Amino acid sequence: MRAPDGSGVGLDAALLSVDNVSLSFGGVAALTDVSFDVRKGEVRAIIGPNGAGKTSLLNVINGFYRPQQGRITFKGETRPRMRPYEAARAGIARTFQNVALFRGMTALDNIMAGRSLKMRRGLFWQLLRVGPALTEEVAHRRKVEDIIDFLKITHIRKIPVGRLPYGLQKRVELGRALAMEPDLLLLDEPMAGMNLEEKEDMSRYILDVKNEFGTTIALIEHDMGVVMDLSDRVVVLDYGRKIADGTPDEVRSDQKVIDAYLGVRH
Amino acid sequence: MAEQASARADTFPKLLVRNAVTFRGRPAFRRKDFGIWQTWTWDEVLAEVRGLAAGLSRLGLARGDAIAIVGSNRPRLYWSIAAAQMLRAIPVPVYADAVADELAYVLAHADVKFAAVEDQEQVDKILSVSERLPKLERILYDETRGMRDYDHARLTPIDDVIADGRAALAADPALGCRVDDEIAAGEGSDTSIILYTSGTTGVSKGVVLSAQGCIAAASDTVAFDRLSETDEAFAYLPLAWVGDHYLNYAQGMVSGFCMACPESGETVVQDLREIGPTFYFAPPRVFEQMLTRVMIRIEDAGLVKRHLFHTFIGVARRYGEAILTGRPVPLVGRLLYALGELMVYGPLKNVLGLSRVRVAYTAGEAIGPDLFAFYRSLGLNLKQLYGQTEAFLYLTAQPDGAIHSDTVGPPVPNVDIRLSDNGEVQFKSPGMFVGYFKDEARTAEVLTPDGYVKTGDAGFFDPKTGHLKIIDRAKDVGRLNDGTLFAPKYIENKLKFFPNIREAVAFGDQRDFVCAMLNIDLAAVANWAERHNVVYGSYQELAGHPLVYDMLAGHVAEVNRSLAEEKVMAGAQIRRFLILHKELDPDDGELTRTQKVRRGVIAERYAALIAALYDGANEADIATPVTFEDGRQGVLSARVKIRDVASATQSSPPELEKAA
Repeated sequence: MRAPDGSGVGLDAALLSVDNVSLSFGGVAALTDVSFDVRKGEVRAIIGPNGAGKTSLLNVINGFYRPQQGRITFKGETRPRMRPYEAARAGIARTFQNVALFRGMTALDNIMAGRSLKMRRGLFWQLLRVGPALTEEVAHRRKVEDIIDFLKITHIRKIPVGRLPYGLQKRVELGRALAMEPDLLLLDEPMAGMNLEEKEDMSRYILDVKNEFGTTIALIEHDMGVVMDLSDRVVVLDYGRKIADGTPDEVRSDQKVIDAYLGVRH
Repeated sequence: MAEQASARADTFPKLLVRNAVTFRGRPAFRRKDFGIWQTWTWDEVLAEVRGLAAGLSRLGLARGDAIAIVGSNRPRLYWSIAAAQMLRAIPVPVYADAVADELAYVLAHADVKFAAVEDQEQVDKILSVSERLPKLERILYDETRGMRDYDHARLTPIDDVIADGRAALAADPALGCRVDDEIAAGEGSDTSIILYTSGTTGVSKGVVLSAQGCIAAASDTVAFDRLSETDEAFAYLPLAWVGDHYLNYAQGMVSGFCMACPESGETVVQDLREIGPTFYFAPPRVFEQMLTRVMIRIEDAGLVKRHLFHTFIGVARRYGEAILTGRPVPLVGRLLYALGELMVYGPLKNVLGLSRVRVAYTAGEAIGPDLFAFYRSLGLNLKQLYGQTEAFLYLTAQPDGAIHSDTVGPPVPNVDIRLSDNGEVQFKSPGMFVGYFKDEARTAEVLTPDGYVKTGDAGFFDPKTGHLKIIDRAKDVGRLNDGTLFAPKYIENKLKFFPNIREAVAFGDQRDFVCAMLNIDLAAVANWAERHNVVYGSYQELAGHPLVYDMLAGHVAEVNRSLAEEKVMAGAQIRRFLILHKELDPDDGELTRTQKVRRGVIAERYAALIAALYDGANEADIATPVTFEDGRQGVLSARVKIRDVASATQSSPPELEKAA
C-alpha cells in the first residue's frame, strides 16, 4: 500500500521546495521571503509562535493562497499557480486545524469521500451501483478498510462523525487524508486540544504512516515535545520570516528560536 | 485415514479430520475483518491447520514441545492450538492482558519453545522479558502491522508459516504423510493443553488436561444441550480461559458448530448482534452491563417508548418465566406476552444480539435474582453452570426447564459430586485434570486419597430441588467473634446486585462486626449524577461525593434488611462501610484476570482503611500504588470517608409468615 512513486525524485532529493515565497494581505505581511524544502520520506515540522504564518504557509503549499512572490516546486514541477484541487490531484493531502469533516456522515463515508479523486466512474454510474462502478467501489472500500484497521477505528465505522469525541474526529480526518494515498501529507496541528494519551496515540499513527505507507509529512505543531520527538527536520517561523532550519537538536539550541519563544528584551 | 480417525477420535486433530469430511462445506470459523465476515469451512480449516503444522514442524516444533498462544480470539491463534496438537506439541494459552511479568512467569514455567501471538503489542511484551526465557526460540505473529522494522531473525508471521507449510506439503508428499502419521499416532492420554489458572489464590498454576478427558467432557455437554453443526457460538471470552477453550474450541470440535470471532474488543457488542449466536455464554457481569446499557437508554427515551417498555416488562415479569419453563399460563397472559414479544422483547433481543439464542449460560459469580429473572422473562433460555479449570469446566448445569436463580444445577452426566464434612464440594469427572504442571506438591494438595478433586468451594445440595448451591470459597467462610457465621461472598453478592455497586469486599472474620469496602459502578453512578446535577471532576471525586455516600448507605441498609430475614445471617449485618477512591483492578493485582477479588492483596494494601473501619474513625488516609496499562507505576493517595449504618431487625419471623 505504499504510495505510488511517480515522482521521479530520489530519496534524498526535495519532494517539495518553497523558494523565496512572500505573501501579504493588504499591508500585512504574512510571509516574507520564506524558503525551505521537504525531502522525500521525512517528517518535517513547521513551528513558531502564534501568528508566525505557519498555517498561511500550509495554505500556500496546497494552493489555497497564491503568494505574491516566489515559487513552489512539487515533484520536480514548478507551478506559478496551483489551485487546491490541482494540489490534491498532484498528491498533496491535508488535515485542518479545526476538524473539517462532513459531520452528518459516518466515519466510513467520510473516509470514502477521500477516495473520490481516485474514482473513475462518474456520478451517474456510482448512483446506479452496477457493473464497473460496483467493482470500483468494492476496490476502494478495501483500501478504506485497510485505513480503518490501521487507525483502529473499526468500532466507529458506522457512527456519524458529529457524535464522535474530538480525538476520534481527528483520527477520521487523518484517515480521509490517507485515503487519497498522498505523496505529501500536510497536518495542521494534529495534536491540538488532545490529552496526553491521545497525543501519544496520534504520534504513533504519524510515525506509522511514515513507516508503513512511506508518506512524506509536513506538520504544524505547538507541542514542542511532540515536534522534537517526531520530526526529522524543523523549520521555525517568526513574524512571517524563517529564523531557523535544521534538526530538532540544532533548532532547540538556536538563540533566535529561544528568543522568539521566550521573548527578548528590546 | 479419515475413517480411521473418526472411528476413535480421542484427540482434537482426529476430530478436525473427521469434521473436514463429515461437515465438508459447513462453516467452522468466522472472523470479521475489513468490516466483512470472513468464513472458513471445516475442510478449509483442516487445510490451513495442516499447513501450519507442517510449517511449524519445519521450523523445529516437535512432539512434547510447548508453544505459548497469546492474544485475543482470532482464528489463526485457534489454529495454532490445533496445529500444535497435530504435532503432539503442547499449546499453552496465556491471557492477552497479562502484564509482561505475569507473561514471563508462565512462559518460563511452561518451558515454551515457540510463541504464537496476536500483534506487535504482544511481541514487544515478550521481547521485553526475553532474557528470562532462554528456551524461547521463535515468536510467530498474526497481525503484521508495525512489524516491518523488527529484527526478523526470531520473528515470523503466522501467514508465512502457513504458506511455507502448504507449499512444502504440495512439493513433498512425504511431509504430508509424516503429519498424518503424527495425527494418527496421537493418543487420548496425550497432554492436550495446559491452561494456567487466573490465580485467585496467588501464583497461577498450569492445569494439565488430557485429550481424551477434554473430549469426553465436551461430548457429555454437547449431548446435554443437544448442540450440533447447525449451531453458532460467539468466541469473545479470553482465549486462555478454560471457559473459552471448553465452550468454543472443544465443544465446537466435538459438535461441529461454527465459532465466530469478533473484529476487535471494542466491536464485540456490534459483532454479537450481527452474528446472532445460538449458543451464548457470558459471566453475570456482562449480562449486568447489558441491562445497565438498556436501562440507561430507556431512561433517555421518549415518554411513549418508556411507558411501553415498562408496561411490557411488567407483563414479562408476571408470565415470561412460566411460559419459558412450560408451566400453565392463562390465555390473557399468553396474548399479552405475545404482544410484548412483538413490541418489546423481540426488538430488544435483536438489539442485544440474543434473538437466535437457544442455550445461554452464565457462571463464575452469583447472578442477581432480578437480573436472572429479567433475561429469562424475555424468553432467553439462560441457565447456570458451575465448574472449574481442574474439571475442564462443567461440574453441574441446569437442564432446560429446571431453573433457579440461586442454584447451579445438578451434576452433569458422568460427574460424581460429594460434599466433605466441612461442606466442601469434591468431584470426580471425565474431564478431570491430570495434575498441575511441574507441581506435584500442589497436585497432591487438591486430590483426596480416593481420587476426588477438592474444589475449595463450600456448598450444599438444596433439599427441594436437588440442585447444588455454592455459598463461598470454603477457606473464606469464617466466624465473627461472637460465633456468627460469616460468608463474605454471600454478603458481597447481595451488595453487588445493586447496579450502582460494581465491587464489594466484606470483612468480619474474627472481628466484632462486619464492615464493607465498595466500588461504585462508574457508568451507572455517572448517569445518576448527570440526572441529579451532581458535579464531579474525577472518579475519585464522584466516589467520595456525600450524595453518592447517601445513596449507597441506602443500599447497604437494604442489604441489612435482607440479611435480617435469614436466621443464620442476621448477625452478620454491615455496620460500617466506605467507598474506595479507585477501582479495584487486575493490573494492580487486586482482582484476578477473571475479575474475582483477591482478599489477601486487598487486606494488605488497604490495611490502613480496614483499621479505620474498626477503630471508629470517620475518615482515613490511604496511598496505594497503581499500575498503568503501559506498565508504568504511580501512587494514588486519598482521604476516604467512613459511614455507619444501622442494623435492621427481623421484620416478622418467616416461619409465622409461612404458617399464616
